[in-house]
Amino acid sequence: MIYEVFRQERKGQPFVHGGSFHAPDQAFADAYAREFYARRQESVALWVVPREQIVEIDEFPDEFDLKYRRVDGYSIKARLAIARERAGSATSPGTDGG
Amino acid sequence: MSDARTAEFLEFVQAGGQVETDDWLPEEYRKRLIKFIEMHGNSELMGVLPERDWILRAPTLQRKLALTAKIQDEVGHCQLIYRVVEDLGKPRAQCLDDLISGKSKFHNVFHYPTRSWGDVGVIAWLVDAAAIISQKALLKCSYAPYARVMKKVCWEESFHILHGRDTVLAMVTGTPEQFELVQEAVTRWWEPLMHFHGTPIPADEDPMLHWRIKSQGNEEARQQFLDGYVPQILELGLELPDPNLRKNEGGLWEYTEPDWEKLTAVVTGHGPASQERLAFRRLSRADVDWVSRVMLPEAA
Amino acid sequence: MTRPRTDLLLELADDELILGWRDSEWTGIAPFLEEDVAFSSIAQNEIGHARALYELAARDLGTDADVLAFDRRPEEYCCAPLVQAGLVGDWAGTIARHFLYEAADAVRIEALKASPDAELAGIAAKIDREETYHRLHAEMWELRLRDEPRFRAAFEVRWPLALGVLAPDLRPRLAERVGREEVEPVERSTPGTEFEALWNEMTMVRRSAPTGAQW
Repeated sequence: MIYEVFRQERKGQPFVHGGSFHAPDQAFADAYAREFYARRQESVALWVVPREQIVEIDEFPDEFDLKYRRVDGYSIKARLAIARERAGSATSPGTDGG
Repeated sequence: MSDARTAEFLEFVQAGGQVETDDWLPEEYRKRLIKFIEMHGNSELMGVLPERDWILRAPTLQRKLALTAKIQDEVGHCQLIYRVVEDLGKPRAQCLDDLISGKSKFHNVFHYPTRSWGDVGVIAWLVDAAAIISQKALLKCSYAPYARVMKKVCWEESFHILHGRDTVLAMVTGTPEQFELVQEAVTRWWEPLMHFHGTPIPADEDPMLHWRIKSQGNEEARQQFLDGYVPQILELGLELPDPNLRKNEGGLWEYTEPDWEKLTAVVTGHGPASQERLAFRRLSRADVDWVSRVMLPEAA
Repeated sequence: MTRPRTDLLLELADDELILGWRDSEWTGIAPFLEEDVAFSSIAQNEIGHARALYELAARDLGTDADVLAFDRRPEEYCCAPLVQAGLVGDWAGTIARHFLYEAADAVRIEALKASPDAELAGIAAKIDREETYHRLHAEMWELRLRDEPRFRAAFEVRWPLALGVLAPDLRPRLAERVGREEVEPVERSTPGTEFEALWNEMTMVRRSAPTGAQW
């Protein structure tokens, strides 16, 4: 069975994929993960997962403009300038949002 | 249809793009990847044997530990690299079968015997230095899973070179006999080292560069090796067995043309230790075959 | 304990050294690649333990660890017969030895941790922290192989040798630990020809230069 290992390099950091290996069961996989990804103290924690338990999803259709969910979906510059002008509070450029 | 797709793929990788296992890969690309990466895995595994002979003979506890750790790393690299091959479609058991039957190849330097503790130092220092140059160039490989594995490999290899250089330094600063062990080893290993990066085929004729599996031509790698290590060898008072070796005004190293037919002979199983090494692998695999069948039936 | 502590340290260190040396022979040729890497670490750890123990003995004896590990005559080593045999190719024997040695060592280390000698107790505790992983490794292998006839046979052959690793007062604890009856143990004695062959090989590079040469 193939196991995938994710490793954390330092406390507080995200776990990143390290690699994979064959092991007869979870107990062996745990031992091998320790050897392959921490024998030089290069990890502080490991996740050891049977590959077959991992589900990969890699299709994310965006047919109808979903930008409203992201920051690049908004351009407030022009409207902010008008609003400031009306309020009489226009200042030097560079203090507003993008 | 498939041609347009291939052209698009090629354009993508030639522009520095990287692909993953599940992406569509042209058949030729996949075949070349498997062959190249499998040979790399084979080399890591066969590379264990020349040094393994000296695990029992390491002269201090520190050297014993370092040498064992270095060989352990190489086995680990073989594991990582064979996993990449497996995910491309060739099972590990098949790789091992093809290796021990002589159907697939391994790197020239691992077809030579190790005659003394001097060889152990020179291998760890110079053979690993030559290897790390090739491996660093693979960090940009168009096949991302292989490039990622190389990151770990290169990180671990950097300690090997230091272990090798330190072993050599202890000997060249020791008794005249110890110095001589190193000199003999350097002389013995020079030809295989000059062969190491392969024939100087022009970059635009190298299919490995074409597909961006490699990012560096053979001669470029050799020049980098000579530039980095010839001065380090000479400063220790060691001599190199090539009277024509010199750096020209243009900054390029000139050397006596190596015997390329010999390189071909060596990597096709006619090196001084090729058959003995393969026989040893066959024997040790036969001894423990039952364990793999009990424990890892799918990967033996 | 009335024996000089250097005797005890050397006995322990020699066991760890020679077992580590023997286990290291599997580096590169273990049954599969993942295990190769794991078993090599175990071999390295054993040698690391030997080094720490030799260092302590060396301080008492006014010498250094390498001298104790390499520069004694073969008949001066006091390692147990269990650790001496070369077992390359014989994985069942290797795992049987590994399992039995770890069990015996656990008993011995436990006793040492209770030693009134603070240095001994301290080094025993440090060794124990690493040995925990060796025991886990040995036990999971034993669990997988215990029904294999060749493993059973290898275990039977080594049971009297495993008892011989320990001082007589500790043997009942080992028997209890592995669930076996005590049998006539194979005691430590002057190392035999197989050890001498290993000694010849492990010291050959070192002996090729005058004593005191740096490597």
